[in-house]
Amino acid sequence: MLELIASPINFFLVLSLFMLGAIGSLWYRKNDSIANYWSNFFAIAGSVWGIIFAIALFVVGRDLSFSFHLFPVSFFSLAFNIDLLAGFFIFTISLITLFCSLYGLGYVKHFYKKYNIGSLGFFYNLFIASLLLVVTAADGIFFIIAWEIMSISSFLLVIYEHRNTKTIQAGFLYLVMTFVGTTFITLAFLLLYKYTGSFNFGLLKSHIASVPLFIKNIVFILFVIGFGAKSGIIPLHIWLPEAHPAAPSHVSGVMSGVMIKTGVYMMLRLFLDILQPIPLWWGIVILLIGLISSLLGVLYAIAEHDIKRLLAYHSIENIGIILLGLGSALTFYALGMPALGLLGLIAALFHTLNHAVFKSLLFLSAGSVINQMHTRNMEEYGGLIRYMPQTALFFLVGSKAISALPPLNGFFSEWLTFQGLFQGIAQLHGFTQWVFILAAGSLAFTGGLALACFVKAFGTIFLARPRSQEVFHAKESDLPMHVGMGMLALTSILLGVFSGSVTRVLEKVGRDIGIFHDTLSFVSTSSYRGIHAGTDFSFVSAPLIFMLLTGIILVVIFVVYFLINKNQKIRQSETWNCGTSLNQRMEITATGFARSIIVIFRRVLKPSIQQRIEYHDADSRYLLKSESITMVMSDVYNKYFYQPLSATVVWASSQLKKTQGGNINVYISYIFIALIVALFLVL
Amino acid sequence: MTILLWTIQLLFVPTVSPLCFGVIKKIKAHMQNRIGASIFQPYQDIWKLLHKDEVISKDASWIFRYAPVIVFSVTVAVGASIPILSFFHNPFGDVLVIVYMLSLGTFFLALAGMDTGNVFGDLGSSREMTIAALAEGGFIFSLLTVGIISNSTNLFAIASGDIFAHSQSIVSLLLAFGGFFIVLLAETSRFPFDNPATHLELTMIHEAMILEYSGKKLALMEWAASNKLLIFITLAINLFLPFGIVQSASLLALGVHSAIFFAQVFVFCLVIAVLESTMAKFRFFRLPDLLVVSFILNVIAIILSIH
Repeated sequence: MLELIASPINFFLVLSLFMLGAIGSLWYRKNDSIANYWSNFFAIAGSVWGIIFAIALFVVGRDLSFSFHLFPVSFFSLAFNIDLLAGFFIFTISLITLFCSLYGLGYVKHFYKKYNIGSLGFFYNLFIASLLLVVTAADGIFFIIAWEIMSISSFLLVIYEHRNTKTIQAGFLYLVMTFVGTTFITLAFLLLYKYTGSFNFGLLKSHIASVPLFIKNIVFILFVIGFGAKSGIIPLHIWLPEAHPAAPSHVSGVMSGVMIKTGVYMMLRLFLDILQPIPLWWGIVILLIGLISSLLGVLYAIAEHDIKRLLAYHSIENIGIILLGLGSALTFYALGMPALGLLGLIAALFHTLNHAVFKSLLFLSAGSVINQMHTRNMEEYGGLIRYMPQTALFFLVGSKAISALPPLNGFFSEWLTFQGLFQGIAQLHGFTQWVFILAAGSLAFTGGLALACFVKAFGTIFLARPRSQEVFHAKESDLPMHVGMGMLALTSILLGVFSGSVTRVLEKVGRDIGIFHDTLSFVSTSSYRGIHAGTDFSFVSAPLIFMLLTGIILVVIFVVYFLINKNQKIRQSETWNCGTSLNQRMEITATGFARSIIVIFRRVLKPSIQQRIEYHDADSRYLLKSESITMVMSDVYNKYFYQPLSATVVWASSQLKKTQGGNINVYISYIFIALIVALFLVL
Repeated sequence: MTILLWTIQLLFVPTVSPLCFGVIKKIKAHMQNRIGASIFQPYQDIWKLLHKDEVISKDASWIFRYAPVIVFSVTVAVGASIPILSFFHNPFGDVLVIVYMLSLGTFFLALAGMDTGNVFGDLGSSREMTIAALAEGGFIFSLLTVGIISNSTNLFAIASGDIFAHSQSIVSLLLAFGGFFIVLLAETSRFPFDNPATHLELTMIHEAMILEYSGKKLALMEWAASNKLLIFITLAINLFLPFGIVQSASLLALGVHSAIFFAQVFVFCLVIAVLESTMAKFRFFRLPDLLVVSFILNVIAIILSIH
């Protein structure tokens, strides 16, 4: 039975469900309601079937490889290869799209009569299908086609609210960055083709020895730039905080949760599988990128007061953490320590899954809030926990998970990442050891700063008194949205409590990659469903932590509230106000909360503060009429990298323009020169 | 026997911790030429507060109501996860677990501070999170140093192993201890980071966050703070200076070692009290320098601990 489910036919069934959803929703575009239900229903069905397919694949434990030669050319075929790594990504993608589509059923309603629901459904389904194609494609050209479908459909989803000019700008930036990335990827595949004579991943792998090391290094750099641009590593991240906020929230959830992970998937596939054996410095470069992205990502997040931009910067941070895992895996393997390499890979995979879950949860609950408040500016929220209690609870779960607080899922993948880095510190020497020390240090500070950031976010969104009138009209979101968020919150808790079992499954995925086939594992899962790292080095057990905490909390509540002074009276009163009456301007703002951290890191963040004061009387400066302070983080990447780059390109093209005189004689002489040069080259 | 040991492990921190506060206050009073309250005063304070009625702000949500229970329970759970008796190992006690468990407490403490919309609480939370974020690196790395020396990040394994076995590691132990002591002062809201004695808005951090609390909830918050102090002191003693950890279950060993242990706790209280009586609180933006010093000390310690 399971063998039957884990078959190519079923994979195509999953794809065709999404295609049916896409085409149907376009067909019913005249009727908003039908288009919405049709598209999201088929997206849900496809996702559920995708999850079943992935689970069956795990149980059977067999790789699926099949290809179709649709065109009579030797270098292109529709080749698929679904091993456990691809299966893991199919599972993650389907899991996230399932909950995001459930949420979408309710969320899309507020677009009725404003925008075309049919096209949203079409591109949403196409986007999910292309995600699945990207992680299963086993042919360079086919892969690039799938990659481009993914990029373009997500671009069209980003600019869905096209009447807002800012959205269009954000979408355009995304389009440019993603095409730049694709250019690098294409170049890399062409280089590989030149030396191996094939685009097929399997053939590439078997002929990789014929590629000289120098070319391999260039290919590595090209791939890191290409896939790094999609994953949002710093400094290629500039599109991410623009594009993710612009998209509808359930799409942001999918983009941030799984789309940026496709870049990580390809790095895993290429560096651990196809391009092996690899030199040591590749791993170190990935580690360095990871540590820079995680630390800077969280710092930029702290300085944000736009809720979705804040979450987008956290995606950069978490990609950094995943790359720390991948980087340590590559480094250890290159140094001949495959057991630790496997540990790094497990950490990277676990964090990929965890981040997908809690980040989409956060995006969805942020979407519910934005839907009610009609602004993404956190300074105008406040006190929403009373108006949207469930959404607040879901956001709280997401915040705890992303801040790596036990016993939620984020903690366990960071724990595994830390173990890899600790082993690197303990066992390596010289420069590599320093890189691991820096990486562990940045991960430690990242954890602390993420905690500060989410205290800020949760506090300013949900706690204290409302800061604007809009809050009083906020209503709890409707049922499908609740179910979507609630299931994600539950998944986040379950992945934490069963982290031992998850680790075991991920170890199986890791072993499926050729280089780790016979590796003795460094992590083991045994007593109390916990995770051991090394024989005696570290141990953590999620169920035990969970039980200890819950047990103590229950006992404390029982003793304090039911044994001691049962008749205690609780009186409600004003917040202590020093004798004035409190208004919303006396509360701390998101910017104010983060101010001290921004000041401490001013060398990195480069804040500029503008103060504008108006006086009642221009001559006597005693009576203030109004005072406003604007704090902006200067965009160093634009200023020192992208603007000079674009200036150079413009300058180069203006130089080139001089050759275009418009005189026909000149052009004929160009043709003549070209002809002579060509003749000489041929002869 | 196991049940008895578990009871000791669970109850040690909450029962002894108020005494530390009492001792510190007593020493400070002596240094100010006052007689001061009895060293058991904190117990009476907690008992009195537990029997009082409460006033809660209208703006407070369930976070404010449940935060004290969570914050207090986290400190008890962490207290159960740190080595007190070296021969009793329990399955908790991983370095990263206790660091992030304490973060869980800090998370709810800071949220509770923001919940009533009181500006004092807001600013206290902001400052607390700033310091907590910057202390994290030093905290993890100082525990990692002893972890690498004893080749395990399990606190019980570290405490029961012979940490002075390699004479080369003495220097790195000293450096890591220095780093850890800075983190101790930062995390337990002591001088020069925070002033536990005042309610002056310019200086306070921890007291500002719990300003709105009264009655039982205040008792739990105060108790949690004293638990946290004892947790850090116990970690400092049993990981870095493990002379006083009880090595076997005999009564004699129990008596001798616990005497050494309590003497060490007293020395820590003395040092904290002397620091608080003789130096001024640092300006807020000088504190990151101190925390960075703690981190760098630990990086050097780690480098030196590996041969």
